[in-house]
Amino acid sequence: MDIKAYIALSLTLFTTGIIGVLVRRNAIIVFMCVELMLNAVNLLLVAFSKMHAVSPAAKASLTYASDAQIFVFFIMIVAAAEVSVGLAIIVMMYRNTHSIDVNFLNRLKN
Amino acid sequence: MNNVLQIVWLIPVLPLIGFLINGLFRNSLSKSVAGFVGSAVIFASFALSIFVFLQVKGGNIHLAHYFNLINIDALRIGFDFKIDQLSSLFLLIITGVGFLIHVYSTSYMHEEPSKDFAKYFAYLNLFVFSMLLLVMGGNYIIMFIGWEGVGLCSYLLIGFWFRNNDYTNAAKKAFIMNRIGDLGFLLAVFWLISKVGTVSYDEVFSATSLAKLSATDITGITLLFFVGATGKSAQIPLYTWLPDAMAGPTPVSALIHAATMVTAGIYMIARSSILFSMAPATQCVIAIVGLSTAILAATIALKQNDIKKVLAYSTVSQLGYMFLGLGVGAYTGAVFHVMTHAFFKALLFLGAGSVIHAMGGEQDMRNMGGLKKHMKITHLTFLLGCIAIAGIPPFSGFFSKDEILAAAFEASPVYWIIGVAGAMMTAFYMFRLYGMTFLGKFRGTHEQEHHLHESPAAITFPLIVLAILAVFGGFVGIPEVFAHGGHKLGEFLAPVFAQTNAYVSSHHAHEALSHNTEYILMGTSVLLALVALSYAINKYSKYQKTETVSTGFAKVLENKWYVDELYDAVIVRPLRSLSAFFNNVVEKRGIDGLVNGVGKAVNYGGRQLRWLQSGQVGAYVLLMVIGMLVLFIIQFFVKNI
Repeated sequence: MDIKAYIALSLTLFTTGIIGVLVRRNAIIVFMCVELMLNAVNLLLVAFSKMHAVSPAAKASLTYASDAQIFVFFIMIVAAAEVSVGLAIIVMMYRNTHSIDVNFLNRLKN
Repeated sequence: MNNVLQIVWLIPVLPLIGFLINGLFRNSLSKSVAGFVGSAVIFASFALSIFVFLQVKGGNIHLAHYFNLINIDALRIGFDFKIDQLSSLFLLIITGVGFLIHVYSTSYMHEEPSKDFAKYFAYLNLFVFSMLLLVMGGNYIIMFIGWEGVGLCSYLLIGFWFRNNDYTNAAKKAFIMNRIGDLGFLLAVFWLISKVGTVSYDEVFSATSLAKLSATDITGITLLFFVGATGKSAQIPLYTWLPDAMAGPTPVSALIHAATMVTAGIYMIARSSILFSMAPATQCVIAIVGLSTAILAATIALKQNDIKKVLAYSTVSQLGYMFLGLGVGAYTGAVFHVMTHAFFKALLFLGAGSVIHAMGGEQDMRNMGGLKKHMKITHLTFLLGCIAIAGIPPFSGFFSKDEILAAAFEASPVYWIIGVAGAMMTAFYMFRLYGMTFLGKFRGTHEQEHHLHESPAAITFPLIVLAILAVFGGFVGIPEVFAHGGHKLGEFLAPVFAQTNAYVSSHHAHEALSHNTEYILMGTSVLLALVALSYAINKYSKYQKTETVSTGFAKVLENKWYVDELYDAVIVRPLRSLSAFFNNVVEKRGIDGLVNGVGKAVNYGGRQLRWLQSGQVGAYVLLMVIGMLVLFIIQFFVKNI
């Protein structure tokens, strides 16, 4: 399939994620949007890896582009770790302020 | 020989020491000590000047070199003193007359508090120091140092009673007009340096240097030097400061504005005589300006009522005669007139001071009269001075003025005619002054009449000495027509003007006047002067104070031909409005606006940027995203990043 479709989809997901991070007030929704961004990037990596895939004949040399597919696993692991830490922070935040409104940090102004 | 060089530096340094002592310790010195110190250093300088004069008369001229002010490849300016006939003559005049005036001042200024008294003597000594530097300098730069110094001291001394605004304005006027002339002097020096590469007299006047100067160069340089001289020696158009300078104490007027500072211009031109003789156009200008100044000032003096103002205009007029002499090539005559003028003008000013002192500060002649009975010595010496300035033989003024007039006749009879007209006016206004002050009946108040007394010895002694000099001083310059070889002064100064005379006789030689012509000229001028003199005595010895307001031509004369008003309208007011324009528009709106504008821009920018720090986390994240986007876009377009 045309690579442009994959790029378009990935871009859509990424921008949706960004706008969500900026606009939403609920901290958990913000986290979901961050995951969305990460997954968009994953999608893009896999699509390019498939685009640059070489025939089995060239597998003799070790430089083929399936590195990207390995990298996707790294991203997923990092996402998982990040979620666990982030959720812990949200729980602490709730315990202290009884809300999970992101705008609470606006008190930095004073 | 060598002992001259060893002591010649003391001549200016002694007054400098006097200045330092009186200036630094003015708060603690008593009046007698300050006066003694001030006068003693001048007397010591005078004694040394006599010694130097005798050495020079024996034929030893010297160039004393001390150190180099500027010493680069292209230009070497040394601190040199040139001791020759011209400078030693001026040394005698300056220190001699200066000493008498210092002695006079000890009595005249005795009412001042001792701090101001010492300050006065400090200024006087500084003035004598600067004047000595001026005449002793071996190059134009040392002369200029002295030139500026006397201008400064003139300002300090005219504005001595500084609490009076009018006096300080007069002092400022003098200084500013001097400075305008100084610009001309400096430009001439720069021109000279650029063409010849040196400023030392010996080198500039050597044949090799003179050959480097084209005719335009010489004319331009000499004209610019003359501009400097008009400022310092009060010629048209820069003369109006001198009458206003009468705001200073009378001894100051005598020293600075009669005997010494105003003669600096004449000294400078006499010193550069070869340059001026090589520029006949400039000489023509000098003669015309000098003659016009002489006549203009004489006409104004006819109608002045302040005794010092008459003498001030008389000074301007006599300086005009000296410049006429220089302009027609009679350098010896001009220097001779400087000498005799120093004697009789200082005498007249000091006599006027004695009168003012006796009248308790009154200077208006309409309130004087009949002082002959009360002040015998002052009266006699003043009369002798008046006869001298009128040019009656055998007093000194006759010999010097006649020499100039004879030379003027040689150049053009018109000069002579106008010069004699001026001499008639001189005789007239001087004897008008004499008649109004000393003859007739006293016209002042009763209180003033009670106070009239002869002045003390410190005042009358200088008057007597100067009177003797004014009477007999002319005999050093008896012209050829009376006694062959009688012009001792001319013989003395001959080596200084030898180069000039050789040049003139080879280029524009004209035959000297026959003896008969000279007798006729002399006789006519003396006769006319006597006529004017007797008319004046007749008219003013029975002067009554009237309330008439002058009208018509008399009013123009009394108001000094409205020259000050003319300068005010043409120069001062446009300058003021230009300066107001610069202040309000360029300075306040332009430059200040620019500088303040920078501050305002920074302030505005800061206020707007402040909104970025809202404290809202969301905004910060947005900025991060935007920054990332911008970086990507840049990277897309620019290859090297």
